[in-house]
Amino acid sequence: MHKMNINDIVSTGSKATRDGYGEGIYEAGKRNPNVIAMAADLLGSLKLEEFIEAFPERFVQMGISEANMMGVAAGLATAGKIPFTGTFANFSTGRVYDQIRQSIAYSGKNVKICASHAGLTLGEDGATHQILEDIGLMRMLPGMTVICPVDANQTKQAVLALVDHVGPAYLRFGRPNWPVFTGVDTPFVIGKADRLGSGTDISLFATGLMVWTMVEAAKILESQGISVDVISVPTIKPLDEGMILDSLAKTGCAVVCEEHQLNGGLCDAIAHVAAKNNPTPMEFVAVNDSFGESGKPLDLLKKYGLDADHIVRAAQSVLKRKK
Amino acid sequence: MKEKITDIGELKRIATQVRRDILRMVHYVSSGHPGGSLSCTELLTALYFRVMDQSDDFDMTAKNQDAFFMSNGHISPVLYSVLARRGYFHLDELSSFRKLNSRLQGHPTTHEGLPGIRVSTGSLGQGLSVGVGMALAKKMDRDSGFVFVSTGDGELDEGQIWEAALFAPHHKLDNLIVIVDWNGQQIDGPNDKILNLGDLEGKWRSFGWRVVVTDGNDMESIVRALEEGKTHRGTEIPTVILMRTVMGQGVDFMMGTNAWHGKAPNKEQLERGLAQLEETLGDYVYDENYQSPQHKHA
Repeated sequence: MHKMNINDIVSTGSKATRDGYGEGIYEAGKRNPNVIAMAADLLGSLKLEEFIEAFPERFVQMGISEANMMGVAAGLATAGKIPFTGTFANFSTGRVYDQIRQSIAYSGKNVKICASHAGLTLGEDGATHQILEDIGLMRMLPGMTVICPVDANQTKQAVLALVDHVGPAYLRFGRPNWPVFTGVDTPFVIGKADRLGSGTDISLFATGLMVWTMVEAAKILESQGISVDVISVPTIKPLDEGMILDSLAKTGCAVVCEEHQLNGGLCDAIAHVAAKNNPTPMEFVAVNDSFGESGKPLDLLKKYGLDADHIVRAAQSVLKRKK
Repeated sequence: MKEKITDIGELKRIATQVRRDILRMVHYVSSGHPGGSLSCTELLTALYFRVMDQSDDFDMTAKNQDAFFMSNGHISPVLYSVLARRGYFHLDELSSFRKLNSRLQGHPTTHEGLPGIRVSTGSLGQGLSVGVGMALAKKMDRDSGFVFVSTGDGELDEGQIWEAALFAPHHKLDNLIVIVDWNGQQIDGPNDKILNLGDLEGKWRSFGWRVVVTDGNDMESIVRALEEGKTHRGTEIPTVILMRTVMGQGVDFMMGTNAWHGKAPNKEQLERGLAQLEETLGDYVYDENYQSPQHKHA
């Protein structure tokens, strides 16, 4: 079998995942006349200008009324439209949880909840806007698909995949410019994890922006002679249990990384799969029961323990626990 | 399309039978919401048997037909009775109301696949937004249908209602008709004491709506208000009908009080209530063990 080398994963540029959203929704609008883009007074933040220019009649400006946006989206979906709601992750989830639960999830509506500025990397606006609980909130809802793409290219492809996916979905992306390393035309397959590097000593799992951080950590570990199985998990629900268990069977220990609370997100999801099928020593790199604060994205990630150094230390620690 | 009943007397006879269904449904499971169901009986009868254009087979998307969203989902008994009597599902299924493995959940839902239901409601304040969304879609599609949404008056306490109320006139949704069940009561007491709605007409008007006040328990008045509401396409202004009603209408000991908002009559009370309501179309046959063959768990 071809040994995938993590050093082959290189950044081809820097771009925000929300830019990928803007490109994706424009392309989706071209492909499907039922696609509707919505915004709650944040169209610029979600990069909707190109869509609005091309399809003004299919853009719905809600004003600052997120609860109404979720309900209107449910109504549009009932009539056969494919609405993509748009606002910050905080206002896409926690603020409107009951509207999503009742009018979208329980009602089985084909609404795509698209959420920018997730997590600490929102930066200077601070903890009021840095939601770190959204993945947990959304993955608890029955029937909800939860996707957290790793870069701008993948965000665009995830939007296109969601056009063809029938059912409620949550798409989480972010504000900062970030390394781009997936293929510009690589189709996104909902529910599939990607092995970025093949190894046997330890598994690393991550979602969203932390996947690049994980790649950086894996390169450091490889340079120390540790063989790392590097798995990107952009779909948190449904989880690619097969890929995760395959990796754990090979390595026997793991580190899970996400820009989210330790509770409720990918860490819990993978720990659950492991506990049930193959109990494995595991460490977690996530925000530990804390709110964020104002600051620059990279400074925040470092302060809250979400950088490559912390992943390397977590890996070294879990390797010692491995039998 | 379903045939419409034009005779007001016939509509009143249907409404009387629907009231019997409501009392019997909530009695047999000792739960549910008769008060608001009884205040909205004329409304739902008028909508489903006379006013709304409805295809013979239920179409979730409501293409080129009218759609109704019941934002005040707790008054599910009146909706289920009217849907069953309009042929959306078998009348016998009313027996399964609020029971295990039923499509007739305590609050209406799409989740169990009941024909006639387009969204799950009951968490108050949400159904209006959904109706607004469908009205917006119909505008985009130049669709001929209207969207009707009912809300409770207590439900107007919810902030989301006013988000939707701001949105609909901005988007010129003259294909949207909202009906407020203005019975003056909510669970904890009269609206005036719980959270005063103040000048309700003035509030809606200032949000940009055409406001109609009518007697919602008078069949002729509510039919006229609803049909008149359908003549305003092209005005670019949505309509709200503030429907003066009596909670518990039609059953003397239930009328005008919040006591029967969410309480079921016992056997003796049921008999007293039924004695005041003529069996016009024939009661449904109550079968304690009825299971819908269409229920996914069945």
